[in-house]
Amino acid sequence: MWNTFRIAARNLLRYKRRTFLTVGLIALGTVFVLVFMAVAGSFKDMMIRQMTDSFIGHLQIHRRGYLAAIDNLPLHMNMNAKQMGMVEKALAEIPEIESYSPRIKFGGAFSNFEQTTNIRVNGVIPEKEFATCPLLPGRITEGDKYGRLLERGKILVPELLAKGLGVKPGDTVVLVATNKDGSVNGKTFLVGGVLESATGPGGRDGYIHMEDARELLRMGDPEVSEVAIRVRDFSMLDRLAQDIEAKFPSMPNMPGKSMLEVSTWEKLSPFSSIARMIDALALFIRVILVAIVLVSIMNVMVMAVYERIREIGTMAAMGTLPGKILSLFITEGLLIGILGGLAGWLLSGIIVVALRLAQIRFSFGRQENLLLVPSWDFLQWCAIFLVVMVVAVLASLQPAWKASRMEPIDALGHV
Amino acid sequence: MGVVRAQDLVKTYGEGDARVEAIKGVDFTIQEAEFVAFAGPSGSGKTTLLNLVGCLDRPTGGKLLVAGQDVSRLSWRQRARFRGENIGFVFQNFNLIAVLTAFENVEYPLCMVKSVPPERRRQKVLELLEAVGMMEHKDRRPDQLSGGQKQRVAIARALVTEPKLVLADEPTANLDKETSRTIIGLMKRLKESTGTAFVFSTHDTRLLGEVDRIFTLEDGRLNGKINSQGGEHVEHL
Repeated sequence: MWNTFRIAARNLLRYKRRTFLTVGLIALGTVFVLVFMAVAGSFKDMMIRQMTDSFIGHLQIHRRGYLAAIDNLPLHMNMNAKQMGMVEKALAEIPEIESYSPRIKFGGAFSNFEQTTNIRVNGVIPEKEFATCPLLPGRITEGDKYGRLLERGKILVPELLAKGLGVKPGDTVVLVATNKDGSVNGKTFLVGGVLESATGPGGRDGYIHMEDARELLRMGDPEVSEVAIRVRDFSMLDRLAQDIEAKFPSMPNMPGKSMLEVSTWEKLSPFSSIARMIDALALFIRVILVAIVLVSIMNVMVMAVYERIREIGTMAAMGTLPGKILSLFITEGLLIGILGGLAGWLLSGIIVVALRLAQIRFSFGRQENLLLVPSWDFLQWCAIFLVVMVVAVLASLQPAWKASRMEPIDALGHV
Repeated sequence: MGVVRAQDLVKTYGEGDARVEAIKGVDFTIQEAEFVAFAGPSGSGKTTLLNLVGCLDRPTGGKLLVAGQDVSRLSWRQRARFRGENIGFVFQNFNLIAVLTAFENVEYPLCMVKSVPPERRRQKVLELLEAVGMMEHKDRRPDQLSGGQKQRVAIARALVTEPKLVLADEPTANLDKETSRTIIGLMKRLKESTGTAFVFSTHDTRLLGEVDRIFTLEDGRLNGKINSQGGEHVEHL
């Protein structure tokens, strides 16, 4: 094996410029893939984390049909106390659940006594909400971030609305809402803080204490519109969603469909389409890398076989078995792949470090001043390296096979 | 018995109207430690005959025994294995592997064809390089060697596996007069010391003057077996 490796390495050095160009091309392709994955992947992860940790949560539970009508925030489709009891029991049985936060969601009118506008409000239990969406306090631009900001009688006002109506922490405002029976009620609140806007559904909602929400909506029973859930392992979302849903009873007239449905963040946020697009782009770039490696190595190996036909004939005449000749040329292709992959790794590492040091900031949707922090996933980088190796071997296979099957007498006579 | 024994050996190429008979029923025997040449004009079939004896090609008819083995029945892979075990080759253009040093070229059959342990390999290679007078240049690559030096390395490479037979196709064609003489002398000495039979295909009168026997070929037929010591071969050339 060592002899095969030694001869293969020497043969690569025989045509230094050609080898250098091929290795460079593969390295360039690898850099494109790895840097794209580092930048786009970290952007995607950051956006997902921003949304899930600041307002959506990892999973949400709703009464079946609520999501289809979520734009209207239908109070009559809230979960009742019995259903909420089922949810709490189910969540308590699953150790992977880190926290959960019940919410009452409703739409209403917001007034500063001079102007009135529409608002979507979440009634929450502050400690549960902050545990489930730990980035929520970070969105409070004005006011006391970690103090008693959501004690009863206070409201967190979305940034755009606060600017539009000119309200600031400490101001008194009025919320007016219609309950599910159709009667209208109002309640005054003190502005506890102003919330930075976030991209996605719920990114421009206001927050009040759940008891205030129940009082405003004159709820006799403790109803809940949705339950946001935070899990310990983000990669297990789909399985956990199924596990939770399996614990709920089926609809009476729809066997197999539970009366409560569990949705992952992907179903709740349009950003999932962007995330899928980023994944598709990454796949596309990987396909381009495969094509680059395949074409460049195959080209080099075809040339190598053609230029060394007499040498192959000599080796075969001396009794070198076809398998040895095959492995010699495959090793050459593999070595080019290894060198290209390693060079790509090294360059990508340098570029990623440089990008991190450059502290590049960008805006996305309503969010500004986001810091781009490209990151490397060692396993993914290893997978790309492995792909380069496998493609290098596949690209060498045909020329190597041709070399190994040459009749020595024909090869020796080649001019 | 002989190292090579050919009986009514036939080799044809093509079919139908394009059929060409390159070798037309040839009989001969080559003994161990013999120095033998196939001679004849271009196209007479001497290279074809050498290829058959070297198991690089398969006869169309007749029987060919090399080292006691009927090689006409061997498969492609078996022939490769057989060549590695029993036959050494010396080529007109030397055919050294360009990326390997003289030492590594001689070592090649021992590590890539046979699996000889490294220490034994080294000992054997040095022994052969010493025998062909290439110890000083053992670390040089082919492009740093003269034609004569390359041919010495090629001879060492052919002998390193201790074959029963070395086949040399025009081994002196690309060498000057003086170098040719040295190379012929070297092969003769090695034939004596190793007991290996050397079979040449050649036009070179200097080489023909040194062989034990000459088989003259004309139009695929063997015209005669001449003992070079009598000088009769000159008439046939």
